[in-house]
Amino acid sequence: MRVIISTVVLFVVWVILTQSFDPQELFTGLIVAAIVSMISPAIASDKPKKWFQPKRYGYLIIYLFYFIWQMIKSNLDVAKRVINPKLPINPGIVKVKTKLKTNAAKLALANSITLTPGTLTVDIHDEWFYIHWIDVRSEDIQKATQDIVEGFEKYLEVIFE
Amino acid sequence: MLWYQIIGIIMIIIGATFLFLGALGVIRMPDVYNRMQAGTKATTLGALSVIMGVGVFHPAWIFKTGIISLFILLTNPVSSNALARAAHNSGVPLYEKSVVDRYAEDKEKIRAEEEK
Repeated sequence: MRVIISTVVLFVVWVILTQSFDPQELFTGLIVAAIVSMISPAIASDKPKKWFQPKRYGYLIIYLFYFIWQMIKSNLDVAKRVINPKLPINPGIVKVKTKLKTNAAKLALANSITLTPGTLTVDIHDEWFYIHWIDVRSEDIQKATQDIVEGFEKYLEVIFE
Repeated sequence: MLWYQIIGIIMIIIGATFLFLGALGVIRMPDVYNRMQAGTKATTLGALSVIMGVGVFHPAWIFKTGIISLFILLTNPVSSNALARAAHNSGVPLYEKSVVDRYAEDKEKIRAEEEK
């Protein structure tokens, strides 16, 4: 089952990249996708059932828009700080707690945090994230969690858990 | 000039602006971590905007540029994450005006648990 799902995902990527429906290319793509997914274990998650719940995809699309909006907002914020002659930064490494359990969800959360400028995941240890924050608004664990993590968390929880 | 080409050009210009600001940030920021903030990430939006702009300019390429953007989104944070962690673990100090460093406070505990 896991192999089939990875094969499908890889095959879709292949079709998008080659952009041709020539039977020869499709056939080659299918074989390559099958071989790759057989020798590499972990593209699909541990529970294949998760791939067939439409709610997850719906939230994924909402999340993408939310994430792009966050990214633009914080990019402008960092850009403003860079241009400002006084360089108004207030950096530090804060610790936040996440309630996400699976590795895939934690990876997605860490990546999202790193991609929004202003915050940079330095390390993950169990449920604790250590985050370099360019403008520390609060050193308190709970307040920082609220500011950085919770917006992403409520979407990722549905998508990955 | 077609309307979507104009949108593409605008996106490329916006992207180039962000790339420039990212470069400026690398010069102006005081320490490794803050440089990484500016350098790796003002560039994310910059690079994405340029790549997607090219895709909009040549609509036949839009799916390919979409895939490229996706790969950037997946790989870029992993590398900045690894860089930041490596810098901290090899003892690069934070900017002296930094407010707090919870990672240094907890580091010994984490090491102890990892060795078990």
